[in-house]
Amino acid sequence: MSWGETLTQIRAIAWRSLVRTARQPAQVVPAITFPLFLFAINAAGLDAAAGLPDFPAPDYLTFILAVPFIQAGIFAVSGVGADLARDIESGFLDRLALTPLSRTALVSGQIAGTMALGIVQGIIFVAVGLAAGATLDTGVTGALVLIALVVAIVFAFGLIGVTAAFKFGNGEAVQGLFPVLFVFLFLSTMALPRDLLTNDWFRVIATYNPVSYLLDGIRSLFYGGWDAEALALAFGCAAAIAAVFLPLAIRTLNTRVVRT
Amino acid sequence: MTSSELPASIEVEGLVKQFKKGPRAVDGIDLHVDPGEIYGFLGPNGAGKSTTVLMLTTLLPPTAGTARVAGWDVARDGARVRESIGAALQEAALDPFLTAREHMRLQTALHGLPKGERERRGDDLIERVGLADAADRKVGGYSGGMRRRLDLALSLVHRPRILFLDEPTTGLDPQSRASLWDEVARLSREDGVTVFLTTQYLEEADALAARVGIIDNGKLVAEGTPAALKAEIGEPGLEVVPAEDERRDDMARVLERFGDGECVHHERGSIGVRLQGGDAALAGVVRALDAEGIGVASLQLHAPTLDDVFLAKTGRSLEGAGEDEEEDAAAEAERTAEGVPA
Repeated sequence: MSWGETLTQIRAIAWRSLVRTARQPAQVVPAITFPLFLFAINAAGLDAAAGLPDFPAPDYLTFILAVPFIQAGIFAVSGVGADLARDIESGFLDRLALTPLSRTALVSGQIAGTMALGIVQGIIFVAVGLAAGATLDTGVTGALVLIALVVAIVFAFGLIGVTAAFKFGNGEAVQGLFPVLFVFLFLSTMALPRDLLTNDWFRVIATYNPVSYLLDGIRSLFYGGWDAEALALAFGCAAAIAAVFLPLAIRTLNTRVVRT
Repeated sequence: MTSSELPASIEVEGLVKQFKKGPRAVDGIDLHVDPGEIYGFLGPNGAGKSTTVLMLTTLLPPTAGTARVAGWDVARDGARVRESIGAALQEAALDPFLTAREHMRLQTALHGLPKGERERRGDDLIERVGLADAADRKVGGYSGGMRRRLDLALSLVHRPRILFLDEPTTGLDPQSRASLWDEVARLSREDGVTVFLTTQYLEEADALAARVGIIDNGKLVAEGTPAALKAEIGEPGLEVVPAEDERRDDMARVLERFGDGECVHHERGSIGVRLQGGDAALAGVVRALDAEGIGVASLQLHAPTLDDVFLAKTGRSLEGAGEDEEEDAAAEAERTAEGVPA
């Protein structure tokens, strides 16, 4: 198959994914409001934490603003996963399997649609954060890098959703991942920077949790000036998650669609 | 050789599907469908119809045997087979959030139609199945009949020469069913499309199919034109409803004296028997019932139907046979668990 054909297929699948997402406000609205809601609560409730010695951010609001971007990724898992699971359950995947659609195009197209939602989420989160008084030290360039990072996160997390959908084949099982991923988020440097985590086991987990590095990368754009290492680690972690789950997604797809 | 030079036929030899944790859903089937023919694949739920269709459409690898569709081997040349076939599988799988036109846009793009042709092709097909007025409405609000018609139209996007329809009218009202039959008949008649149609409705096979194969428990138990199959049975069927239900057994005993084999108790309340000696035996039956004092609520003599053929070949009536969905469940489990080498 030529690249042109593959691109056409990716575009068609991505377009469908976007259209159906846009027509389901119940999917879009919580993916935007819920992270902002949590952001507002945290920013207001934990404001005093910024007074701790060695707290890196200018204020807690700017610090906690990184969290909604990770939540965009978590919503991507259930969004893309639930969509695919529904296609499996309804037989729509069989319809697709009967066309010359390539596996790569199916997976990438499905995720591309979710990535578009990720961009919208990213822009809204930055805008709301700045309006609420957060600072963005790296300016407009930083905002663009931030959006790119969100897209990378959504892509990586989306692959987890794709894998789960092909593995379990039903929407409920995919939705079941949602709380698990939230635990990952909480066991990270979400609420406090690593140096201020005094509990040993918690610090160890947060150190090995890739989510911490995604958060650090996002935060480096908001305060402290350009930090190549933090950004490389963040993009690297997203790439590593993708590198683990892309082959898994393809493998589970191969067991789900066994066309000859 | 290109696809269009090969015959639009289906050749199946010794096709087997053995599920790991389940029955031998398809147990050595031989089939031959000529180009342009409508072939009716008739059988109750769980008989192996859908499993056969999944294998012929390359969505499920056969355990044994060979099948060539449009000249290509389903196990080895899957992509070539898919190029040549269209399929509307059970329960029209559509996206409730997209319109008919949007479904067409997706399907034509995935089939690689040139950009300028996609919209026209989509509109033509929507028009053809009578959905022009509803083309921009979301499919979620469609009736069952509209969904099936859209499903059919989508399966025709790439001008397939062979069409697989898996129970295309199950659950439809008589009017929707008739309009779908018209369309399928037209495809075969005017466009020379070969149609492989599974159904559990005898009228459907009778109305549409040039030839019928009857499948039961994974085996082909009879094959031929509907007329030939019925002629094979020969004797007419007699169906009687007793006036008093408590005399059912007495009535069955009397009927058995005139019948060729045992009586069948239909769910609709009647007792059926194949009348030995043909129509002429009817008078004897009536006299015998009268002599025993058994009242008759209604009595019908009918020429053999495909139902009679099914009964004669399997010992069961098609109506209510194979209620379990074991095969479907096994097929689904297998498709998720077995996997194929990447």
